[in-house]
Amino acid sequence: MTQARSYLDHAASAPMLPEAREAWLAASEAVGNPSSLHTSGRLARRLVEEARESVAADLGVRPSEVVFTAGGTEADNLAIKGLAWAGADEGRRRILCSPIEHHAVLDPVEWLGGEGFRVEWLPVDSLGRVDVDALEAALDDDVAVCTVMWANNEVGTVQPVERIAAACAAAGVPYHCDAVQALGQLPMDADLPGVTTLALSGHKVGGPVGVGALIAPRDARITPLLHGGGQERDIRSGTLDAPSIAAFAVAVRRACADQVEVAQRLTLLRDDLIDGVLAAVPGAVLNGDPGRDAPGRLPGNAHLSFPGCEGDALLMLLDAAGVECSTGSACTSGVPEPSHVLLALGVPEPVARGSLRFSLGRTSTPEDVDALLDALPGVVQRASRAGSPRFGSR
Amino acid sequence: MRVIAAMSGGVDSAVAAARAVDAGHDVTGIHLALSRTRQGARGCCSAEDARDARRAADVLGIPFYVWDVSAEFSHAVVDDFVAEYSRGRTPNPCLRCNERIKFSAVLDRALALGFDAVCTGHYARIVAGPHGPELHRARDDAKDQSYVLAVLGAEQVAACLFPLGETLKSEVRADAAARGLAVADKPDSHDICFIPDGDTAGFLRERLGDAPGDIIDAESGETLGRHSGAYAFTVGQRRGLGLTVPDEQGQRRYVVAVEADARQVIVGTDSLLGVRTITADSPVWCGTPPGDPAALAVQVRAHGERVGAVVEHDADAITAHLESPLRGVAPGQALVLYDGTRVVGSGTIRATHARAE
Repeated sequence: MTQARSYLDHAASAPMLPEAREAWLAASEAVGNPSSLHTSGRLARRLVEEARESVAADLGVRPSEVVFTAGGTEADNLAIKGLAWAGADEGRRRILCSPIEHHAVLDPVEWLGGEGFRVEWLPVDSLGRVDVDALEAALDDDVAVCTVMWANNEVGTVQPVERIAAACAAAGVPYHCDAVQALGQLPMDADLPGVTTLALSGHKVGGPVGVGALIAPRDARITPLLHGGGQERDIRSGTLDAPSIAAFAVAVRRACADQVEVAQRLTLLRDDLIDGVLAAVPGAVLNGDPGRDAPGRLPGNAHLSFPGCEGDALLMLLDAAGVECSTGSACTSGVPEPSHVLLALGVPEPVARGSLRFSLGRTSTPEDVDALLDALPGVVQRASRAGSPRFGSR
Repeated sequence: MRVIAAMSGGVDSAVAAARAVDAGHDVTGIHLALSRTRQGARGCCSAEDARDARRAADVLGIPFYVWDVSAEFSHAVVDDFVAEYSRGRTPNPCLRCNERIKFSAVLDRALALGFDAVCTGHYARIVAGPHGPELHRARDDAKDQSYVLAVLGAEQVAACLFPLGETLKSEVRADAAARGLAVADKPDSHDICFIPDGDTAGFLRERLGDAPGDIIDAESGETLGRHSGAYAFTVGQRRGLGLTVPDEQGQRRYVVAVEADARQVIVGTDSLLGVRTITADSPVWCGTPPGDPAALAVQVRAHGERVGAVVEHDADAITAHLESPLRGVAPGQALVLYDGTRVVGSGTIRATHARAE
């Protein structure tokens, strides 16, 4: 593949930072299980604990509140199932959840719904913002966990996390927040009063895939998913992956240190992208919060619908032109489904099927946006000829 | 040319795509998701075939995507299959899929998106003729699939690429192995893809329910037994009748007709299965229509024998007068016409007659 690629899919996975790769390689040269008692084991453990302190300092929490996991999905599952199971012991059988969560939240919640919990979906407005008044009305002492993401992975809408956290704190309800997309893009204080647990992922911010963390206070009652050697406060057993954890900490450090500067740069680039697309393609529609005044939208997110086109046709033609984007969250088989997020926002299904997410990150350049704007008009023209929402037939 | 290679995950379509690449075409691999039954909670089709197709595309170094045609397939192929059986006919779903999905919905979409042709692993040949591209039988007569392609009109034939038409199946496997394609020794698929357990009668019973009726002797009109659904029977079928009353001469009984409206399965001896005249509707010509009448050869099932026939036709119907009788011809099957190796066209069989008419 000699063609220059414009990678506009940072929300799916971001390029690994060179210093994260170096940290991984350096740590991989050491032998030793971080739980072993000898010198090599202690050296490996030291890497893990230094990483824990580093992540804690960046997020404003105590080191003991950082639980390393094998990524964002595991962190979400551990928090939601762990809080729900522990809550059930106290008679808490309700779960409050927004309908626009990532599948790593949505699916465990739906699964718990089949295991005796009552799931209540919180209303969202047409921009994708959760109705906090409705949430407050639903809070009670029988709620095991309330879960609302910090910022949406598809349309980029930022939630009123501070208000949600305060409401949950007032009602004494554990609040889990999936902050996977927010890290590095939004100012983040994980010690926000009322946030019980917070899920983070490494590869969205330039760390390796397969490592993440759950921020959880010592007194949070969480039933473990994995039972075994008792690592990570006995709520996440399994040999600690020192190289990945070390690299994760490096990526989190950069994400937090550069957040303001990166957000400013990406916001301008994103607005150029959105303005450029809306000017180049008549009929294109921006989804989510326009984000022009307040930080209502992730700085790196642009999500647009192209009525009359199918998203997978647009994606294929853009890919052929060297521009890489997404029709929603990545799906392993490649069969596109209409986005549950867009449907929850009230977008009609045919329009939802004709939608693309462009997500910018640290390495994005104006040239990437130019490449998209050059290719897009022709691509939309072709895709609209092929029709929507379903293939034409003779 | 810019080519869409439909990749099923099998060895044939993988080698076909490879040969299209060799020929210098700009090839994009597509796996058609035909069904959502083998899937996880949110419609991620996790079928092994999709993965095999993806791995073949990786080896060839071509882009690869999945196109979801499950809704079209369900409507145009599966629903049609069930409806045809409920009317007492015997459809060929592969042929319907070629007609309505692969060389219609997919081809239309490919052309609209800027591609020039669709490439598949079918065993058939496209040959340049005096009036444009012609569809011909494959060199490997045992594998020939021209029968299920005979529903393609001239315009569709012109946008097809069949790189396996000149090759024997054994050579295709060797070619796949030489190219390092993991599907080289993957078994051929034989079943109807949407009935993986092969139990067509069970599949139909689930959808059509019980529809009991009589099994009737074709000659005496006598009721010989009962059945629980006429859709489970096909002309020429011998097994599954459950008849205990033997024929007077001790001869085997076969299904000779299915009367869906009266819920009757008509049975008789082998001698009643011979057909001399076939009428078909919905004619499709793969190129220039033949003369009227024309001396051609006809075939009524995939891999079936061909017999000579005098064929008459108009815009709505084809009538074939066979030189020698064909056995077990069921309404719903395709009547495919050949001139030598060239596929002339096809129609859907509506009626058969034992006499030369």
